[in-house]
Amino acid sequence: MEQKWKEAARVYRQQQIAPGIYDMWISTKLARQAKPGQFISVYTQDRSALLPRPISICDTDTANDRLRIVYRVAGKGTAEFSGYKTGHRVDILGTLGNGFPLAAAEGKRVFLMGGGIGIPPMLLLASKIRNAASVDVIVGYRDKELFLAEDLAKYAPVHVATEDGSVGTKGNVMDVIEAEGLTADVIFACGPMPMLRAIKQFAARSGIEAYISLEERMACGVGACLGCVVRTREVDHHSHVNNARICTDGPVYRAADVEI
Amino acid sequence: MLNTKITIAGVSFKNPVMTASGTFGSGMEYAEFVDLNSLGAVVTKGVANVPWEGNPTPRVQETYGGMLNAIGLQNPGIDVFIERDIPFLRQYDTRIIVNVCGRSASDYVEVVEKLADQPVDMLEINVSCPNVKHGGIAFGQDPKCLFDITREIKAKARQPIIMKLSPNVTDITEMAKAAEAAGSDAISLINTITGMKIDVHKRTFALANKTGGLSGPAIKPVAVRMVYQAANAVKIPIIGMGGIANAEDAIEFMLAGATGVAVGAMNFVNPYTTAEIVKGIEEYMRQYAIGNLSDLIGTVV
Repeated sequence: MEQKWKEAARVYRQQQIAPGIYDMWISTKLARQAKPGQFISVYTQDRSALLPRPISICDTDTANDRLRIVYRVAGKGTAEFSGYKTGHRVDILGTLGNGFPLAAAEGKRVFLMGGGIGIPPMLLLASKIRNAASVDVIVGYRDKELFLAEDLAKYAPVHVATEDGSVGTKGNVMDVIEAEGLTADVIFACGPMPMLRAIKQFAARSGIEAYISLEERMACGVGACLGCVVRTREVDHHSHVNNARICTDGPVYRAADVEI
Repeated sequence: MLNTKITIAGVSFKNPVMTASGTFGSGMEYAEFVDLNSLGAVVTKGVANVPWEGNPTPRVQETYGGMLNAIGLQNPGIDVFIERDIPFLRQYDTRIIVNVCGRSASDYVEVVEKLADQPVDMLEINVSCPNVKHGGIAFGQDPKCLFDITREIKAKARQPIIMKLSPNVTDITEMAKAAEAAGSDAISLINTITGMKIDVHKRTFALANKTGGLSGPAIKPVAVRMVYQAANAVKIPIIGMGGIANAEDAIEFMLAGATGVAVGAMNFVNPYTTAEIVKGIEEYMRQYAIGNLSDLIGTVV
């Protein structure tokens, strides 16, 4: 049984891997239970910035109890985290959220699609998928700074799109599918909302399943405050209205089940 | 022997530490972090007569030393609450205070009547949510309206009632007195302070609801001042809240006149906050050789 806890963990190591993108390994036993698509809450030491930052789990090293996050500096919280060196305290709560349904990939041709800072959870997912008929990783970046592309290539062919056309297909992840004539039976995706909307429509048109990981402003991260909700097609089992909690019922949803 | 017991309207609590409504659900989520048996009471998320969908997102934003929320009182309705949440809380040795919300007097009364035969200890009446049009705020900002709604609910309630007051008023003592005069058994304050945040990069409101309720340590001095003023205006007991983060904050509210204390936004920052405050209060009592915690209430005058 998975248990949640908050702890003062330590940074194992951290480096910048692209402009504004940081790669942090954290020493924590939470690594043992981390599932692809789950996230952790990271808390600042700055008491003026109280709320945790939800950050997806990128990778784990269970033999050494280490968990990896890759994040973009977007404000004062992530700016603080980016300054942490080896041995620095990092307050975390986890593991949170449901994660991607790995069973849905069995025997199927699978797309793992990541856009920008939605790419990191695809790495742990790529490493855990078993018995798929095939796996293609499709990732979209702004420019030639292809963070995590080499890591992903260890597990599956990587197809790249860049907004400026400097590498791979010019455009976004949907343009790659068309340009390279790729096909799949199931999609796992994380990225900005316009990308997730396009994937939801594409999946519906193609008659295939898509599982998408959503993001929203959160406060508690554990399902109590009802801050982060998404509109659902059916009445939610917990809320009894057409709203589900992204932090606990998600962040991964069957695309057909959510109104985005 | 440390005696941390307090009594509110004839209901005894093992200690004064409670959860502030809306920050703790019905305790299910935080039971993974905190032994609910250690708390004086769990005050539930507001419940209405029927399910409410709440506001669009974003519903929460961080601010300096605090946060804004505009959840909009999303709740599953009283029938689900009675079937699911009350039996859950009954497993624990803690008091149950149900927060009741509504859009009209008859909404409140319907919930209060459905709770009449339920094993709950007190009812907290939310007449002060700033995030729902007709979410009770009108009742909570005018002394006459507050008096009328309090009287109507008190006439129907089987359990003692606590009117939860809004800080978004000119004179908190008038509101406290109106609640007392209408028969409220206790009052709780403060609810959140209406605020706004604008995203200067997107040039739009940070919350979908435009305005939201400010909570967290940033509002604590306002809350302490209002608890002090209310305590000096009425004789009924007060449950104080607003930015309580540790045992010293809790003691501060008690010295200002609060009998109970509730932890709100800080649950989000540290899920163990309530349990740590229970322990911290005992340490404070040992440090200053205080035998009965209730002796501290309202002693700074």
